[in-house]
Amino acid sequence: MPASDPAPPAEDRAGAADGYGTPRRLWQGLDRHRPPGADAVTRGWRSPLRGPWLTSVFGAVLLATLPLVIITGLLDYAAYAPRFGQAFPTDVSWLRLPYFDWPTRPSWLFRLTQGLHVGLGIVIVPVVLAKLWSVIPKLFDWPPARSVAQVLERLSLLLLVGGILFQIATGLLNIQYAYVFGFDFYTAHYFGAWVFTAALVAHVALKLPRMVTALRPRPGRDALRTPRAATRPEPPDPDGLVPVRPGPPTVSRRGAVALVGGGSLLLAVLTVGQSLDGPLRRTAWLLPRGQDPGAGPNGFQINRSAAAAGIQAADTGPGWRLTLHGAGRTVTLDRAALLAMAQHTARLPIACVEGWSTVQTWTGVRLRDLAALAGTPDPASAHVRSMERSGLFRQATLQANQVLDPDSLLALRVNGADLSPDHGFPARIIVPALPGVHCTKWVADIDFRTDG
Amino acid sequence: MADPVARLRATYGAGPRHVLVLLLCFVVTGWVVLRLAGEATAWRMLLWFLGAVIFHDLVLFPVYAAVDRALRGVTRTARRPAASGGDGSERVRLAVLNHVRAPALAAGLLFLVFLPGLLGWGAETYRAATAQERMPYLLRWLAVSGVLFLVSAVALVIRWLRWRTSERG
Ligand code: HEM
Repeated sequence: MPASDPAPPAEDRAGAADGYGTPRRLWQGLDRHRPPGADAVTRGWRSPLRGPWLTSVFGAVLLATLPLVIITGLLDYAAYAPRFGQAFPTDVSWLRLPYFDWPTRPSWLFRLTQGLHVGLGIVIVPVVLAKLWSVIPKLFDWPPARSVAQVLERLSLLLLVGGILFQIATGLLNIQYAYVFGFDFYTAHYFGAWVFTAALVAHVALKLPRMVTALRPRPGRDALRTPRAATRPEPPDPDGLVPVRPGPPTVSRRGAVALVGGGSLLLAVLTVGQSLDGPLRRTAWLLPRGQDPGAGPNGFQINRSAAAAGIQAADTGPGWRLTLHGAGRTVTLDRAALLAMAQHTARLPIACVEGWSTVQTWTGVRLRDLAALAGTPDPASAHVRSMERSGLFRQATLQANQVLDPDSLLALRVNGADLSPDHGFPARIIVPALPGVHCTKWVADIDFRTDG
Repeated sequence: MADPVARLRATYGAGPRHVLVLLLCFVVTGWVVLRLAGEATAWRMLLWFLGAVIFHDLVLFPVYAAVDRALRGVTRTARRPAASGGDGSERVRLAVLNHVRAPALAAGLLFLVFLPGLLGWGAETYRAATAQERMPYLLRWLAVSGVLFLVSAVALVIRWLRWRTSERG
């Protein structure tokens, strides 16, 4: 066996030599009063795989992926253009990224960020569970703490573990339309994200040195090359992850890592389809957005049906008018007038905040042409309202860059056919890289504003 | 004990970096708690936050650990000392254990992640969002799980045949 680890750096060793903080009598007393069964529990942990190496491997994977999940989540909030008061939750004070104009290029930007957010969020589930498995003996440690520092750290770990499980649970329920939790998803998931992020930053700041030490390559101890029969417990570690009475190995460390990685791969294979078009879409076999949306030019996913939005045939018939408000001017157009204007065709993704997306070919009038028609060729923003009578997303404000992009359309047709009622007939907004919920359907009027 | 850092270590139990990062963590959390305290559903959020931890630590973990223990019992792989390299029959029993473990874990994972769809929860929201009727995917999950068990079994048989030929040869 190679030499055991060097002593941990002083920073990690809590307090005085024996580890007790002030008041010492309290912590020592706690240590002495072991509840019945505490020793049995300690001896009950048998897996010889548990130890700093395995925990650090899962930790390193999460350290590489979680920041991406967090950043793409915060970008989702930014993509709603919160400066117009239209991101939920609306009042987040200083807990947000600085305001910036969400770009329209590349057109697949939101498709990528939100697809990554939801996709990675699903794919890391096995790693999170494995990481928790690797450290679960710590939960039943006695004494639970030897100092105030340890009490506080344990509290922060509650926030860390509660945070990630809360985010995963609410996220998974959201994308599968099961709002069983009975609170507002946006509020919970947004603020939950900050609690989790703060706890993660603290955890990484405190544990990073340990992880680096545990993963340092050591001659003769390459865990990824060691078969099961040669798998041995690690030497006792200061954190007490290595069991005091390890059992025989039933799987090698590389086997355990492969098992977890296999779980992630399986989830990835069953998820990626919701961002693909064509036959591969059906591979998202257990997700709502892998289902067949029907054939024809309008055969692609929707996020809100005309029926659910309360749109009636009478609203969208020949009597429908689009009203444009500009600098001191109001213009009213029917669908024939819109079709008589210059038509532009663009292949653009429609990407939902729930992570799925699809690319379609849209035809309609450029928003910047409509802005010019309304006498506001250089608007600061545009406020779009739908005919929907209720719902959070029956209106949206577009930034100047989103109005002026040459591919930003008031779409009338898709894939060569009229929009179907569920896709927003008579007219809908489609803007590159804009979250699907802001690509307003069943548009009633657009107000081009010059005052930001 | 003149050194303030040494004093901090002796009383608080860790160094200044520890104080600082935890302070940051609790300031953010405290601010979120204050902000959410006015929400009518704040208690529910707290319940789900703590409930998620309790569910994982005191339900999910004990259940899968117990299932694994039972599996090790059935395959008689739980009791051997670590030292011996293991005879042939032990190798086979361990292989059986792991070829059941892997698909079982995968099936459990899929069940957990896709639970709402498998059980057909939220049918109304689903209809409003997709204009389609929700059909529970339980059978699909059974099919995927069945395939995983089958693939694993086939792989086990192949391994076993290889061992036999190499032992003879
Ligand atoms: C690992 C921790 C996670 C963090 C820190 C996180 C963070 C965030 C943040 C900050 C937002 C923006 C919320 C808003 O706009 O109000 C968001 C949105 C979202 N997240 Fe997560 N998330 C996590 C995990 C997940 C998981 C596992 C899923 C699902 C599989 C998920 C699904 C979603 C969805 C669907 C949205 C879009 C909400 C919307 O705009 O309608 N998240 N996430």
